Amino acid sequence: MQIKICDILYTLEDKKESNQNLLSILFTIKHTTNRTLSFRSGCKSGVCGSCAVVVNGVEKLACKTIVKDNDTITPLKNLQVIKDLVVDIKNKNLSLQKSHAQLQSKSKEIISIEDVKKIDRESNCILCNSCVSACPVYYLNPNFIDPFALMRTYRYVNDVKENNIITKLAAVQDNGIWDCTLCGNCNMVCPSHIDIKGDIEQLRNKSAQFGYNNPNINIGFNTNLDFGFNPNNF
Amino acid sequence: MELVYDVLIIGNGGAGLSAALEAKKYSDNIIVVSKTTPTSSQTSQAQGGINAVLNSQIDSISNHIGDTKKAANQIGDNETITYMCENAADTIKWLDDLGVPFSRDENNTIKKRNFGGASFPRTCYSSDYTGLKILHTLYDTCLKENITFIDEHLVLNFIKDNENNTIKGITVLNILDGVISQIFAKSIIIASGGYAGLYHNYTTNSTATTGEILNIALNIGCELENMEFVQFHPTSLKESRILISESARGEGGYLIDQNENRFIDELKPRDEVSRAIYTKIEKGDKIYLDLRHLGIEKIKESMPQEYNIIYDFTRLKLENDLIEITPSAHYTMGGIKVDINSKTNINNLFACGECASNRVHGANRLGGNSLLEIITFGRVAGKNAGLNTHNITSFNTKDYQLLLLEEQTKISNIYTQPNTMNFQDIKIELGKQLFNNVGLYREEKKLQSILGKIKKWIVSTKDMGITDKSTIYNTDLKEYIEFKNMLDLSLVLITSALNRKESRGAHYRIDHLESKKEFECSSKVSKLDNNLKVELCK
Repeated sequence: MQIKICDILYTLEDKKESNQNLLSILFTIKHTTNRTLSFRSGCKSGVCGSCAVVVNGVEKLACKTIVKDNDTITPLKNLQVIKDLVVDIKNKNLSLQKSHAQLQSKSKEIISIEDVKKIDRESNCILCNSCVSACPVYYLNPNFIDPFALMRTYRYVNDVKENNIITKLAAVQDNGIWDCTLCGNCNMVCPSHIDIKGDIEQLRNKSAQFGYNNPNINIGFNTNLDFGFNPNNF
Repeated sequence: MELVYDVLIIGNGGAGLSAALEAKKYSDNIIVVSKTTPTSSQTSQAQGGINAVLNSQIDSISNHIGDTKKAANQIGDNETITYMCENAADTIKWLDDLGVPFSRDENNTIKKRNFGGASFPRTCYSSDYTGLKILHTLYDTCLKENITFIDEHLVLNFIKDNENNTIKGITVLNILDGVISQIFAKSIIIASGGYAGLYHNYTTNSTATTGEILNIALNIGCELENMEFVQFHPTSLKESRILISESARGEGGYLIDQNENRFIDELKPRDEVSRAIYTKIEKGDKIYLDLRHLGIEKIKESMPQEYNIIYDFTRLKLENDLIEITPSAHYTMGGIKVDINSKTNINNLFACGECASNRVHGANRLGGNSLLEIITFGRVAGKNAGLNTHNITSFNTKDYQLLLLEEQTKISNIYTQPNTMNFQDIKIELGKQLFNNVGLYREEKKLQSILGKIKKWIVSTKDMGITDKSTIYNTDLKEYIEFKNMLDLSLVLITSALNRKESRGAHYRIDHLESKKEFECSSKVSKLDNNLKVELCK
């Protein structure tokens, strides 16, 4: 079996390796063939978010991916490569701070089973950056708030413990929820199966309730295009 | 003059982040330094829950204290256990108020599940992602509080004023660019995690739990304690050693042998269950976790993570299939000796979390008490480290330039030393040897044998170098530094295991089967002039 990692072809001779996950293979290669190979790892069980890479163009956690012949492994996209499969991830702190994805003002509401269920899946995010790598908007606009940060903002907006929704909604208006194309790439690659796109849509609905408009629609109406008769002066 | 932080915390797991948040209340300039990235710590893997008595009409704090002491096998500390259990409800409230989404019951109170060794169901949980959700909530809150994070920096050494037995700072290697620098602080908290990673490839732990900070701390005069006590979790997946939480048994799962017979009460303390499983495996039997009778609905509601992990890593389904399991090194009860205020024997140096020994677990830890310990004493350490800064009015950093040069020279030498033995081969052998000889069953002959082997490997490290000569994200270098510390710390573990000539909790000697009165105490490890000393703290 052969796999390509960062443009270097590796031949895996041991038959046992054909059933192993990619992270184990990376360790084997590092121990035996190429000790300079660099990658991140942690829990080996899909919860620490360290080992996300791109396999044949699709974001995967290396620890949860069974390797196949001719697989091509590359680092996450949209983030600066430091070395081999290691990318710069300081975007995490920055975007979570920017989007105010924290409980800011604790309410005194009583929490029910349903309340917890509403934020259960969102609070399973492991910050692996797969959604960032798969995001076409982030590719075009590095100032776009990371999809996971938007999703996490919704997790707190949707949390009955939170009293301060307004600050959060204000934080995700620019380079945020309205810039998302709702392509759903983030959903496709999320290892925690979070409906990030749906959460961004929910944030839009919530924003509309609080008086925010989609600025992209306004841009359309504010251009010099002549729509003919316009009695209401839109 | 170099910047001097108020409180420096080594480690960004549950203990470190709890400490950071509490320290922030009493001091200004808080920094969290870690060799990993935030939220990738071991805490993310704690699944099952966190113990607390929330309703004293049904359960009682004295029950919780009693269960914890019983599991600790007479060497738990009454004072720290009592503090932890009495404050458990407040700890849960603190987490809940920060935003941890604890699962609720029909009465809108926090839901509890049964765990091994507990006389009542008192393990509060958040589905079976409890550690993950706690860790991420703490991280979110730290960002809100503007805590500074310095990620992917490996601690090489402590900076200490030997004359006054006072900690001053740390020397770190920036993994990202290879630069070595010093960070100074008035108070330092070690929250770097445990050392089950010594059992390389035989542990449920993350790749980061290599324990180097404990060895470095020991070398500068810090006392360690109870290092022989290592918990082996009964249920990890056979090939990958991935943890299957105790919640699987707490919710009613069975352990069965290859004839599908149950052979032990699944909710006995972990050491007993693990030994029963290991004994059968040693005889050629296969042991399975059986949850088929629980039904898909209950499984998916109460342990979604287990369900996903097992499917992702084995393609088996809990509702239909038997899951083959084996015990693995999981948690280390020993660590840096601290008092009730989380202070070490070095001035201005504190420790909390799995790297610390608060003696709450004694010889064996109850499931659900580890998250409780790291949050409880993380907060204690943070508060005391923060308050401690008020006593420090002057701070000199000039005297320590030479130490930086020394550390830089040491690292430069690693780049040029011979590389005729691959240290990764020895690391794999170390893990195997420790599991087989310093594992669930121990005896003098085997312990002595592996002690000799490790001493030889330590001599051979001069022939083990690195292949990667770059400075950018050099994991070859990082792992080599970790490995050298792992060898030294393994000596501490084995020497402590040799010294305790009895069986107690997780430490089971087949040549000393009984618990003995003279060993009814903690063991203390210290190092003076490079001589390791293990003694009993009578």
